[in-house]
Amino acid sequence: MVEGILAGLSTAFSIQNLLMVVAGCLIGTLIGMLPGLGPMSIIAIMIPIAIQIGDPAAALILLAGVYYGAIFGGSTSSILINAPGVAGTVATAFDGYPMARQGQAGKALTVAAIGSFSGGTIGAILLMGFAPGLATVALLFHSAEYFALMVVGLAAIAAFAGSGQVAKALMMTVLGVMLATVGESALFNAPRFTFGVYDLQSGISFITLAMALFALPEALYLVLNPKRSEREGNDGGKIANLRITREEAREIAPVIGRQSLQGFFIGVMPGAGATIASFLGYAVERNIAKGEDRAKFGKGSIKGLAAPETANNAACTGSFVPLLTLGIPGSGTTAILLGALIALNVAPGPRLMVDNPSIFWAVIISMYLGNVVLLILNLPLIPYIAKLLEITRNYLIPFILFFTMMGSYIGQNNATELLLLTGMGLVATIMRMAGYPLAPMLIGFILGPLLENNFARAMNLTDGISFIWQRPMTLALLVFAVVLIFLPSIRAGFARLKGDEAARGD
Amino acid sequence: MTLERAIALVFILICLIYGYTAFVVMEASILPFERNLAFLPNVLPKWLSVVGVLVGLAVLIQSGSGTGGQTADDDIDIGNLRQYKLGQAVLLLVLMIAYALLLRPVGFLTTTTLFLILGAMILGERRYLVLVPVALLSAFLIWYLVQEVLGIFLRPWPWFV
Repeated sequence: MVEGILAGLSTAFSIQNLLMVVAGCLIGTLIGMLPGLGPMSIIAIMIPIAIQIGDPAAALILLAGVYYGAIFGGSTSSILINAPGVAGTVATAFDGYPMARQGQAGKALTVAAIGSFSGGTIGAILLMGFAPGLATVALLFHSAEYFALMVVGLAAIAAFAGSGQVAKALMMTVLGVMLATVGESALFNAPRFTFGVYDLQSGISFITLAMALFALPEALYLVLNPKRSEREGNDGGKIANLRITREEAREIAPVIGRQSLQGFFIGVMPGAGATIASFLGYAVERNIAKGEDRAKFGKGSIKGLAAPETANNAACTGSFVPLLTLGIPGSGTTAILLGALIALNVAPGPRLMVDNPSIFWAVIISMYLGNVVLLILNLPLIPYIAKLLEITRNYLIPFILFFTMMGSYIGQNNATELLLLTGMGLVATIMRMAGYPLAPMLIGFILGPLLENNFARAMNLTDGISFIWQRPMTLALLVFAVVLIFLPSIRAGFARLKGDEAARGD
Repeated sequence: MTLERAIALVFILICLIYGYTAFVVMEASILPFERNLAFLPNVLPKWLSVVGVLVGLAVLIQSGSGTGGQTADDDIDIGNLRQYKLGQAVLLLVLMIAYALLLRPVGFLTTTTLFLILGAMILGERRYLVLVPVALLSAFLIWYLVQEVLGIFLRPWPWFV
């Protein structure tokens, strides 16, 4: 192993490869900021260039740099304009955007950068130590457990909702899952719920829904209420203030530690990786937090921003475990990387570590490098990125609207998406006015297909729903999900009891 | 009736239509040999429609008690929509629809430039000497990035060019 690490070090630290990391991070960050171009599409676009390089280690290092850069770039648009371009950064917008609105955009970006850095680095360390062992554990998870895991993910939504909002949050989740069933799915090659509309056959795209639910209502709110665009304390001084105080650092350190571990282990399991990791990370931290801290979640909590950012980067690193050790891609992005690897004449799998140790280790070392370079590149850039928010309203709003439309148009090259976007955006705005939470809908939409596919597979394997009690792990996860749903009401009940006692005491 | 309850009612209606499709329409289209399969395309939709109606009813009952529906301080007060710039918002939405319909036939550069100029004008921008160059330049830059650098096709000019 030591020999391998040394070989990897010497490969990764060649001048050519260092340049590759820098270039990859820069390209990834810049393109990743455009909503609609997530890591998956950017890597797909970069593959021809990577193949032309010829050297597999250098190509992979470039792609890994692009990957990290794109994830960070995606967080930027979530934080600044509430437009999450990738499923993994949806949870980042929950607290990142409120922070930006309070004039703390610079700080929010810094926390995101630090969270990503720590998550990625700790993930890489874990990857080095556990890769071979974890690969076998990940295989223990069958479709039944994945189904149960998705149910836990959906149930965790109840944890996002405030008191009295649980029913509404569940309603939005159901609506999201329903929207996800529109169109053709991979399992049954017949269109469902398209009501004869040809353009719905390919379903509603994630990016269109994300833009319609987050960015568009926000832009419309800004139009409706001009006072909203005047940020609190927007005197130019605060945006530049990106230092984190010592107390804040102490506050987020345990969050980053926990979420690096949790995110990594969720990422190892082939499946929704970074997305699930970020949602669960947010939900867990919100449940652990006490009193005032918990009330701050969703209103610009620094912990609520650090949790999903750390978890999603740790999960991205974790998703390399099945790819490099088993040759199984755990996510769309790693699937594209797998394609690139094969095109470069490298076959990932159990033999990779033995046959091509320098490639295996060079990739892992380049993960550290990528994270460091990203931090060095981006920290000085943050004040300038945050300045974007100081553009006057008359220019900012048309540009936000335009970018949301570009986001949903580039992906599908279909102008009908834009009509869908406008229609759903209007509905979403009305729902937001009525006090319905919109995030659960998007989570339902993302997890819905995964839930159904795994449910179907488990049902087909056991010819019925007997898998629920035949597999203890599934049962345990499902019980956990039920507990999660009822936790808020149980808690409220306890609080009421306590309140009654206090009242009697008086 | 509050907007909150109205939305819950509409949602229940949607669930009923969805459920009808799942229980009746899709059931009829299942082929004979498929009936033995454990999992069919309408298994999850059936569950969803039932759960949806239940949850919708729960929201309907809860929102009546007056505890729900409290919005944060900086949110829009729906009881008094007239104090907001509704006109601008509607115009911008119309502009977006126009953009969607014109993007393909008229081409990316023209529609985008027009969208940015008109959008800013709706919001009250009157410094045309700044606005027009900014719109032109950004439209071109984004087109260049997407089409030439990234290689994603975007028709730049109207169909007759």
